[in-house]
Amino acid sequence: MTAVVPLRRPGFARIRTAGAPLYLLCLTAVTLLVLAALLAPWLVPADPNAVDLGNALAGPSVGHPFGIDASGRDTLSRLLVGARTSLLGPLGVVAFSTLTGVVVGALAGWRGGWLDSVLSRSTELVFAFPGMLLAILIVSVYGEGLMAPVLALAVAYLPYVSRLTRSLVLAERERPYVSASLVQGQSGFQVCLRHVLPNIAPVVLAQSTINFGYALIDLAGLSFLGLGVPALTPDWGRMVFDGQTAVQEGYPLSAILPCAAIVLTVVAFNVVGEHWADRVARRDR
Amino acid sequence: MPEPALVVTGLSRSYGTVRAVDDVTFTLPSGGSLGIVGASGSGKTTTARIVVGLEHADAGEVVVRGRRRGDRARGRAARLARAREVQMVFQDPYLSLDPRVSVDALLRETLRLHFPRVDRSRRTAELLDQVGLGTRAAGALPRQLSGGQRQRVAIARALAVEPAVLVLDEAVAALDVSVQAQILNLLADIRAQTGISYLFITHDLGVVRCVTDDVVVMRQGRIVESGGTTQVLDSPQHPYTRLLLDSVPRPGWDPRAIATARRTP
Amino acid sequence: MSAPVSPALLDTAPVLDIRGLRLRLPRTARPVLDGVDLTVSAGETVALVGESGSGKTLTSRSVLRLLPPGAVAEGRISVAGADVLTLTPRQLRTLRAGTAAMIFQDPRAAINPLRRIGDFLTESLRLNTKTPTAAAEARAGAMLEAVGLPPALLRRYPSQVSGGMLQRVMIAAALMGEPALLLADEATTALDVISQAEIVALLADLRTRFGTGLLFVTHDLGLAAALSDRVCVMYAGRIVESAPAGALFARPRHPYTAALLAATPRLDAPQGRLDAIEGQPPDLRTELTGCPFAPRCASATDVCFERTPAADAVPGDPAHLVSCHHGDRLEGSTGHA
Repeated sequence: MTAVVPLRRPGFARIRTAGAPLYLLCLTAVTLLVLAALLAPWLVPADPNAVDLGNALAGPSVGHPFGIDASGRDTLSRLLVGARTSLLGPLGVVAFSTLTGVVVGALAGWRGGWLDSVLSRSTELVFAFPGMLLAILIVSVYGEGLMAPVLALAVAYLPYVSRLTRSLVLAERERPYVSASLVQGQSGFQVCLRHVLPNIAPVVLAQSTINFGYALIDLAGLSFLGLGVPALTPDWGRMVFDGQTAVQEGYPLSAILPCAAIVLTVVAFNVVGEHWADRVARRDR
Repeated sequence: MPEPALVVTGLSRSYGTVRAVDDVTFTLPSGGSLGIVGASGSGKTTTARIVVGLEHADAGEVVVRGRRRGDRARGRAARLARAREVQMVFQDPYLSLDPRVSVDALLRETLRLHFPRVDRSRRTAELLDQVGLGTRAAGALPRQLSGGQRQRVAIARALAVEPAVLVLDEAVAALDVSVQAQILNLLADIRAQTGISYLFITHDLGVVRCVTDDVVVMRQGRIVESGGTTQVLDSPQHPYTRLLLDSVPRPGWDPRAIATARRTP
Repeated sequence: MSAPVSPALLDTAPVLDIRGLRLRLPRTARPVLDGVDLTVSAGETVALVGESGSGKTLTSRSVLRLLPPGAVAEGRISVAGADVLTLTPRQLRTLRAGTAAMIFQDPRAAINPLRRIGDFLTESLRLNTKTPTAAAEARAGAMLEAVGLPPALLRRYPSQVSGGMLQRVMIAAALMGEPALLLADEATTALDVISQAEIVALLADLRTRFGTGLLFVTHDLGLAAALSDRVCVMYAGRIVESAPAGALFARPRHPYTAALLAATPRLDAPQGRLDAIEGQPPDLRTELTGCPFAPRCASATDVCFERTPAADAVPGDPAHLVSCHHGDRLEGSTGHA
């Protein structure tokens, strides 16, 4: 069969070759990030929305290890609580796009014929439309809130997943074990659900992990533009936006830290995802 | 005379302008073993796939135990009944088993589908024993088994359905000689025990001699000769059968004569 | 078959001489090749017969130093006088491009489907010897004719020709560099019997015309007997028996050879059960003591499990070597003539 390689945008593929220590490091980073987001309410040293204008733009201190932003809020607390929205958003995008993408791709690949044409052409239409533009459009129609940008990006990411799934299903259904299952009297639906999908799942999941990083960037970008996340909700993208004025005044910490968090998270998820994808590719050989 | 296990009449199938299968007719007696031989492109595999139901025919019919096999099964009951008519063992034991499913789970899945009330543990052990696999192989994944062991698993899976006809599509071609002999003996034993009928698709005339009662020789989609295996192999009537026989390498063999014979139609 | 070869050709130094080749792969308990000795003279056809995992393919690939990653080779492989295991990368390229050529099992997998057959044939010549394109194409056309194909095929794509024809193209490609040694790795396995006969006829014809030595790797004993001068039977990384084709099939001395012959379904044998060899070949993850075939051998005794048998000549036939403690037991047993 032709090997199907998950789609990768350029960028992080080269770092991965540094070897397994990097993977372990990134896996640890991902675990810590998720733990931090889950435990944020108990970890925060201060109320992330408590305003202390008297101390605005103060540097790191014992009470505020990462300093205070221009509105007088504790940066560390906002980073920790912000991890929740910043990770939850991409999670929603990935969950929704993976579920629907797999259904669409599997239907197109398995049934073929006119259904394949209809589904493939319509998902390609989405390809033609830049994801961010789509998101901005939907947000401007539905207003603020995390739901609208997540849905919009999920739709934008769906074709990546469905196209990958379709090609994997096409390759997998040619394998004799699929014919064997059909000859055994299993229905096409059963074969697809119980044999084909579990066999392609690792590749799709690896791709979804990589997508997670990109969704995080896109959502942070939307927040930075002031779209999506409501103004007071702590969010990394929003923090970069809010920190702009502080940078101009010579206090970059409150903008640089969320930037670093975004970069670190994206790199970590990418490295982990690519490592999984490679492991799957190797095992198949 | 008992009802034949399989009757194929006037089977035809074209791909574009190529007639892959052209008016193929043969009968497989109950408990019998019929070989289909031919070079690559002779249409033997397409014939097998039509009989199993993986391809559909343009014309002709396939009758198993007196029941005509339709093109498509409608509904679960029809699908299962269809599966119990014909089962298949594929050529490549490395690809015909789901890599994620253990031997035990594979057999149980089939048994649950066809015989929901049977004691699956007992029947699985019986099947493994029948194909000469110990219970130790039961927990194994396909990649932990050798080619011969995998082919035994594939045979057990087909037998689990208790079909009337078992189609073996080059089922021993990918195996080593010593393992191939084990599997051929196993197939002979199973036929003697269960009275199952075999449709044996192969290019290997030695294998045909070893395991079939009757043989049909196919060339470019058509049957050029048919009859009892011994009779066809010992006194071939059609020049193409003779060419096939002469092509089998043996000491004192003259490949040049075959090369010349092929060019003169 | 065996077309008469002039004795002068057979007297020359061997084109392939393998001495004590031992190959170890990472994470295995025993060498995958364990002391292989093999010679092919000019104009001679030697068949290397074995089952999967016996090491026959690795042996032929070692000749071109196409070793799997992490493999450690000991011993000596010389091809037309060159010591393959110590060649510089540059010398190795010359060897692969000219002196020794390999024909693979699946011609479709070994040829780039997007390029014309002509490009495929002339590529190595144009790149390695800077031959002008026109001259290279003329030679390619001549080689196609030598393998019985029309030169017009140069303009075709691989997908436009049949498997048997494509295997001829592969042979023509192998002949482009005027090789002294041709390695055929299961070169007819993917073909049907009739195409197989044609390819074998072609190979036999080529060695009489060009005096090329041929190492034919196959799992098919009948084929090996029919086409070769000498047959080497491999089991678990060792050559267990080596003899002129006729002698080996008429009077096999090694129990494994005899068992293989008995297990092969034959056209001229009566119908019925085959004498299968029970058990499995030894795993690479287990160490071997004594004869590798002993656990499956009916005539094995204690000594077989303790000492590795050496290759000894059969009394009265110095060309017939057998590695068996009981090689004399099978004497008189009639194999298959």
